[in-house]
Amino acid sequence: MKLLTRTTLAVLATGVAFPLAAQAEIRLGASVSATGPAAFLGDPEAKTIQMMVEQINASGGIDGEEIALSLYDDGGDPNKARTFATRLVEDDEVVAIIGGSTTGTTMSILDVAEDEGIPFVSLAGAISIIDPVREYVFKTPHTDRMACEKIFTDMQAQGITKIGLISGTDGFGASMQAQCKEVAGDHGIEIVADETYGPQDADVTPQLTRIRNSEGVQAVLNPGFGQGPAIVTRNFDQLGFEIPLYQSHGVASNAFIELAGAESAEGVRLPGTALLIAELLDESDPQYQVVTDYTAAYKEKYNQEPSTFAGYAHDAVMLVVDAIKRAGEAEPDAIRDALEETQNFVGTTGTYSFSPEDHLGLDLTAFRMLEISDGDWKQLN
Amino acid sequence: MDSLLQFIFSGMTVGAVYALVALGFTIIYNASDVVNFAQGEFVMLGGMITVFAHQAGLPLPLAAVLAIVITAGVGVALNKLAIEPARGAPVVSLIIITIGASILIQGATQLIFDKQLHRFPAFSGDDPVRVMGATILPQSLWVIAGAVLVFVGLWLFFTRTLTGKAVLATANNRVAAQLVGINTGWVMTLSFGLSAAIGALAGVLATPITLVSYDVGVALALKGFAAAMLGGMGNPKGALVGGLVLGLLEALTAGYLSSQYKDAVAFLVILGVLFVMPQGIFGKKSTERV
Repeated sequence: MKLLTRTTLAVLATGVAFPLAAQAEIRLGASVSATGPAAFLGDPEAKTIQMMVEQINASGGIDGEEIALSLYDDGGDPNKARTFATRLVEDDEVVAIIGGSTTGTTMSILDVAEDEGIPFVSLAGAISIIDPVREYVFKTPHTDRMACEKIFTDMQAQGITKIGLISGTDGFGASMQAQCKEVAGDHGIEIVADETYGPQDADVTPQLTRIRNSEGVQAVLNPGFGQGPAIVTRNFDQLGFEIPLYQSHGVASNAFIELAGAESAEGVRLPGTALLIAELLDESDPQYQVVTDYTAAYKEKYNQEPSTFAGYAHDAVMLVVDAIKRAGEAEPDAIRDALEETQNFVGTTGTYSFSPEDHLGLDLTAFRMLEISDGDWKQLN
Repeated sequence: MDSLLQFIFSGMTVGAVYALVALGFTIIYNASDVVNFAQGEFVMLGGMITVFAHQAGLPLPLAAVLAIVITAGVGVALNKLAIEPARGAPVVSLIIITIGASILIQGATQLIFDKQLHRFPAFSGDDPVRVMGATILPQSLWVIAGAVLVFVGLWLFFTRTLTGKAVLATANNRVAAQLVGINTGWVMTLSFGLSAAIGALAGVLATPITLVSYDVGVALALKGFAAAMLGGMGNPKGALVGGLVLGLLEALTAGYLSSQYKDAVAFLVILGVLFVMPQGIFGKKSTERV
């Protein structure tokens, strides 16, 4: 396996075009989980980071300077992530780090970034990454708390007050379950059933049956990602529920509709990003251009749809590039200051405006409430 | 009442998958006393190869057959390349070799195929069968039928055929088996091929329900191993009963107690049974002279 990882790394490393003419270059570092349990996050992220750097270099780099990318695969292992972060800072002498596909690996990298004073843009979900604010740490994905709030706002509008919760026991599911329970009260939502399932479970009809037998339940919410939500959706349909099913942004991808089956997924609602509905976006939509360009490029290069997670990586690269341009120099502290001053930067996930108190820079408008209908996405207003 | 029936259906669905994995363990175990921890990877390969062959345009039945044949080949290769050269090593070393093989197969799968989740259409559609207010998917019936058929086949193989008896003889005493004319090398090759084929069949039957990706094997192998231990390692009847009991335990715990404790309760019951019956429910008593 070590050997395999090494070959993968070698392949990853050769994906970077080193300029023959030795100009000054901007050294950018990345550590993502391209393999291992979080590969479905890290794989599209690694592909995106490579593609973006190639694109930027092909179009003349940043102010004439090429980007030299050092990309490592931490396999979702926090210890490896720490080692690679140290290597990025000490051996590769990078001026900024992107990565940390999972909250676990992010926590390792941010320690190093904070100690060494290198700006770090994380690709992981947990609110604890940027709350409390850390000087050198930013992140691009929405927090799961925001996803809960977006869903509950929609439920409120539907007049729903009592819901059943069925959550995955993996990191993502458990974290979102806790956040949803915290903010439910603010939206007048009462959780009358609270069930869980293991990330590899093949059948959750017992849990759903318990939810169905709860008094007055008006909707079901499933925080989770990976195969769980597809199985929940199929079992939900199998049991013939008459109430709406809400999923999280963790399954905001076309693959989810394929796995759950268009019939079972009919009517499922979830908060997603503009990236997911690239074809549906109006040309006047502020995110239209960035989403369309990126989706087209990714499809052409990799022959698959970019996922929401891939979009997080796109935004992270572009935020750093934008900060370097505005800073006028590729020095870690200057990049950090420029990042914090980012205003109204349009990415695939949303429009970012950072401040000294806010290193996420997104609000609920970044989420769009979507519904699956006829095997495709429909935006709800 | 309809809730209880739903829990039972759920347990049968999951339990039949566990039983199929557990049945895969029996042949290799019976031939060599080795618990093959790459068994879950055979299940995964059965699912993954079917998915990609089907995507490449083969009809589903043909894709499934291809997956089973290729996986059987992988099983034979595992025996030839890793187990045979280590002949004479203690059983524990062989078991560790299978763990290494499992990691290698996972790595190769994600390089050759991909890291995404996949499924293919259920054989008889997705319209649930309704029984007294509870529902079960037609695909679950396929899995249950598959588990029962494999069980019957294995039971006949070990009790009624000369080859099956040769397998048991090889495990019992390799030298003695060779002396009476059994080609033990061939028996080992056959065992790995058959075990892998059964694993792949499990993958083919279960994927429409469980979905498949390169890393589903480990959890399946653990559950299948637990089921086999509960029923009695190496005994087809034990594998079938153990799998179903484990599935039912999980479903009933999730339904009546709490989904949080589902896995814990299942394993506590297994531990309890093994305290009383260390050989499992149908396991043979083995005595060792000291």
